[in-house]
Amino acid sequence: MIAELGLAVLWMAAALAVLQLVAGALALRPATAHLAGVVRPVAILQGALVACAFAALIWLFLSTDLSVKLVAENSHSAKPFIFKLAGTWGNHEGSMLMWVTIMSLAGGFVALIEKRLPENTLIATLAGQAFVSLGFYAFLLLASNPFERLPEPAPEGAGLNPLLQDIGLAFHPPTLYVGYVGLSIAFSFAIGALVTRDVGPAFARAMRPWVLGAWIFLTLGITAGSYWAYYTLGWGGWWFWDPVENASLMPWLAATALLHSCSVLAARNALRTWTVMLGVVAFSMSMVGTFLVRSGILTSVHAFAVDPTRGTFILALLAIYIGGALLLFGLRASTVTEGARFAVFSRESSLVFNNVMLCGILGIVLVGTLYPLLTEAMGVKVSVGPPYFNPVSSVFAIPMMMVMAVGPVLRWREDKGGRITWQVAVPALVSAAALLAVELIFAPINLLPALGLAIAPGLAVASFQPLVGRNLRRTPLPIYGMVVAHFGIAVALFGMASEGAFSTERLAAMNPGDSQQVGPFKVTLQDIGPIAGPNWTALEATVSASYSGGEPTILHPQARTFANPPGNRTESALLTRWNGQLYAVLGEEGDDGRWQMRFWWKPFVPMIWYGGALVALGGLLALLGRVARDVKRLVAVDKIAYRRERQGR
Amino acid sequence: MSEPVPSKRPGIAVWLPLGLFAAFLVLVVVGLYWPADREVSSAFIGKPLPAFDLPPASEDRPGLATTVFKQDGKPRLLNVFASWCFPCKVEAPQLAALAQQGVEIDGVAIRDRKEDVAGFLKQYGNPFKRIGKDDLSQVQLAIGSSGVPETFVIDGKGIIRYQHIGDIRQEDIPLILRKLAEAGQ
Amino acid sequence: MRGLLLALLALFALSAPLAAQDMLPPAPYAYKQLADPKQEAKAQALMETLRCLKCQSQSIADSDAPMAGDMRHQVRTRIAAGEDPEAIRQWLIERYGDYVSYTPQVKPITWPLFAAPLLFLALAAFLLRGRFRRRKGA
Repeated sequence: MIAELGLAVLWMAAALAVLQLVAGALALRPATAHLAGVVRPVAILQGALVACAFAALIWLFLSTDLSVKLVAENSHSAKPFIFKLAGTWGNHEGSMLMWVTIMSLAGGFVALIEKRLPENTLIATLAGQAFVSLGFYAFLLLASNPFERLPEPAPEGAGLNPLLQDIGLAFHPPTLYVGYVGLSIAFSFAIGALVTRDVGPAFARAMRPWVLGAWIFLTLGITAGSYWAYYTLGWGGWWFWDPVENASLMPWLAATALLHSCSVLAARNALRTWTVMLGVVAFSMSMVGTFLVRSGILTSVHAFAVDPTRGTFILALLAIYIGGALLLFGLRASTVTEGARFAVFSRESSLVFNNVMLCGILGIVLVGTLYPLLTEAMGVKVSVGPPYFNPVSSVFAIPMMMVMAVGPVLRWREDKGGRITWQVAVPALVSAAALLAVELIFAPINLLPALGLAIAPGLAVASFQPLVGRNLRRTPLPIYGMVVAHFGIAVALFGMASEGAFSTERLAAMNPGDSQQVGPFKVTLQDIGPIAGPNWTALEATVSASYSGGEPTILHPQARTFANPPGNRTESALLTRWNGQLYAVLGEEGDDGRWQMRFWWKPFVPMIWYGGALVALGGLLALLGRVARDVKRLVAVDKIAYRRERQGR
Repeated sequence: MSEPVPSKRPGIAVWLPLGLFAAFLVLVVVGLYWPADREVSSAFIGKPLPAFDLPPASEDRPGLATTVFKQDGKPRLLNVFASWCFPCKVEAPQLAALAQQGVEIDGVAIRDRKEDVAGFLKQYGNPFKRIGKDDLSQVQLAIGSSGVPETFVIDGKGIIRYQHIGDIRQEDIPLILRKLAEAGQ
Repeated sequence: MRGLLLALLALFALSAPLAAQDMLPPAPYAYKQLADPKQEAKAQALMETLRCLKCQSQSIADSDAPMAGDMRHQVRTRIAAGEDPEAIRQWLIERYGDYVSYTPQVKPITWPLFAAPLLFLALAAFLLRGRFRRRKGA
C-alpha cells in the first residue's frame, strides 16, 4: 500500500513539474502573464509531494518490505537501523529519487522565500528547475521505478555490499548529491536570468546562498573522500588524480570560482555574463563528473559499474541541459551588459584573477582527465597522472594563492599600492623566512613542496588581515567565514607540502619481537593473530610505537577477509599526534615466516583534512551570516508591506 | 559607482563554450559507443626478442633461452602462462591442437612453482617443447606482456611478429596459423 | 549516481585480489627498500610515476598486485645497479608504450596537453582585454 501510494505521489509530483514548466514558460509572455500566479504554489506543492514519495521509500526500507523489488535487492532484515536507512539511497533508483527530492524541495523553498528577484526572473528560474527535474522524473517513472513490487515477496533481502556498510561510505554519496543539487539550483537561477536578461546584484544575492551551501557540501565530500582513500588504500597516498577524484574536484573548482564571482556581482554589479556562465559551468561539471564515473568511459577498473543505458541516459540529460543552456547563453550573452568596470588594482581584479586561475586549474583537470580518451580515439594509449597534474595545476595555484593573500584587503573599484604596503610586506616576509628556513635546514626538498611550505605560513598570516582594524564584534559573519576558509586553505596547503617533503617510508619483513625505526618512532611488532568481526575475519597485528623513546602506544593494523561477496581489504592503523601521523599496514606473510610490514611517518599530514574542514566551516559561517541578513530583510519587507496595507484601508 | 557599460565583445566568444561542449560530446560519444581496445598491447612487436635464459619449470622439459628462437629459422609460438591462471586452463585444448598441427610452442611460466606447473600440465596436457620459469616476471616485462595468458609469434630470426592477448579460442586458431605462416616466409 | 559510489568502492577495493593469485612470495625488492636512502628515493620517485599494468588506475608504488611487485623489483635492482631512472622509464615505454608512464612524454600526440595551460591563459587574456577601467589621471 505504501509503495503504491509512493508511486502515485511521484506521478503527481511529476505532473506538477510539467505544469510548473508550462505555466512558467507561458507566464513570460504578456498574453498569458496571469499564469504567473500558479508557478510558486505549484513548485511548493511539487516539493512537498516528492518529499512524501521519498519518505514512503524510506519507510519501505526501514520496515524491510520485501515485496518491493528494490528493498529485496538492496536490504536485509537483520541490518542495523542506520544501514537500512542508508540503503534507501545506496542504490541507483533510490539515489535518483533522493536527487530529485532534494532538488524539488530546494525549488519549493526558493518559491516560498525568494522575494528579491524580479518576479519574471523567479518564474523563469522555477520553470528551469522544473525542466531539470523532469529529466529525472522521466527516468524514475519510465525506466527505473523504485516502488516496483515483486510478484512474490522475497523470503529475505540480498543485503548490502559489506564494503558499503561503512558509516562514512553510507553518507559520502548523499553529501555529494546535495552539493550537485545546490549547483543545479544555481544553474536554474542562471537560466532564469538569461531568459529575462535580468542579471544584476539581486540575482547574485539570490543565487549566492545556494552556491555557498553546495560548496560546503562539496568541500566536505572531497575532504572526507580523500581521507577514506588515504586510510583504506593502505599505501599512505591521499590524492591520486584518479578520474573519480578529478570528477569530484571539477564541480568544486567551478563552484569556488562561482562563489567569488557572485561576490563581485552582488557587491559591484560587475562580471555579469561571466557569473551566469559559471553558473552553467558549475552544474555542467557535476553532470560531466557523474557521467564520466557512471559510464565507466575512462578506466577499465571501474568497468564493472558500467551500465550502457544509464550512461546513455546521463549523457542525454547532459546534452539537453547543458547544450540548451549554452545555446541560450550564446543567444543572450551579447545582450546582457557586462556591468561596472574596475581598475587593474582593485578587489574586483584580484577576484577576477582568482576566477581565471581556478578556471585554469579546472581546464587542465578536465583536459588531463579526458586526454587519454582523446588519444585512444586516435589509437594511442597515454597516461596522464600526478607528474602532469601536480606541476601544471601549481602553475595556476601558486600565483592564485599569492593574490589570495592580498585580495581581501584591497578596496573595491580602485586601490592604491601604497595603502597596503605592510599588508603585503608582512606575509611576504613570513613566506620568505619560511622558504629560507626550509632551504637551510631541510634541503634538499623538491620545488613544489618547498614552495608550499613557504607560501602556507604567509597565507595563514595574510588570511587574518581583513580582521585587522575592525571592531571584531561588529564584523559581519561572512567576513569571518572568508577568514576561516582562507586560513583553511593555508592549513591544507601546509599539510600537503609537509607530506610531500617530509614523509618517511619504512618497509620491513618482521618477526614478532622485531623493531624498526620510522622517523621519530620506534615500532615493535609484538604479535599477530586472527580476529573475527561482524561479517569479516582478519589477521591482526599488535604493534607498539613509541615516539622518541616515550610511552609506547598500541596499534592494530589488520588484513581483513570478507566472505560475502569475497574480497580482501587492508585496514591500516593510524596514530595521530599533533605533529603528524604514523601509518601502519600489515602485509603478507613471507617465505621465511616473517611479516611484510609497511610504516609511514607523515609529519602534519592531518592538516590536509583539518584544512578542508576549516574551509567548509568558513563556508558555513558565511552562509549563516548571509541567511541571517536575508531573514532580517524579509521580516522588514513584510512589516512595510503590512503597514502599507493598513494605511491603504 | 560607475555606470554599466554596454558590452562590445565579439559574437564569436559567446559561442565558445557551446563549441567546447560540442567537442566534449563528440569525444565521449565516440568513447562510449566505439570504445578503443582496453588491452595494453606490447610495443615490442617487430623487435628482436631480448636475451634471456630461464631455468626449466618442469622436470621433463628443458628451460628456455633466447638462442632457441634463432637455431633453425623456424617460426614458433611463445606462450606466457601460469598454473594459477584460469583462462590458461581454458586455452589448453587450443594449444594442444596447434601443437598437433606441428607448431612448436615454448612456454614461460610466470611466478609459478614446479609442483604446480607439473599438476597443471598433467591435468590440461603439455603442448610445450620447453618451459622457462620466470619467477620475477622478467621475461614478461622484457617483451611487453601485461598479463597471462598471452601468446607471441616469433619468427626464425628471433623477431616478435605478433601478440595475442588473452586465451586463444577455437576461432583464433586460423589467425595464429596465418601469422605463423607469414613469419615463416 | 550509484556509479560514483561503485567507482569509489572499486577504488577502495583495488587492494583486494580480483583474480587467482600465484603462490610465490613477492619478488625480493617488491617490499624491500634499497639500503642507500638516495637510491631508494630515486626509485620511489620513479615508481610513483609508473602505471601498474594489472590494476590500470594505480601506480606501481601503491599496488599490491604481484606484477606491480615484480616491476618494483625491476626498478629497485636497476637503480641499485646505477641505471638512470629516465632510462628505466624509456626501457618500459619501449615495451608498453606511453601508457606505462604517468608522466606524459613530450611528443606530437601530447603537444596539445602541454599547450593547454598556455592556451587557457591566452584565452583569459583575450576575454579580459578591455574589461578594466583605465586609471583616473593615468
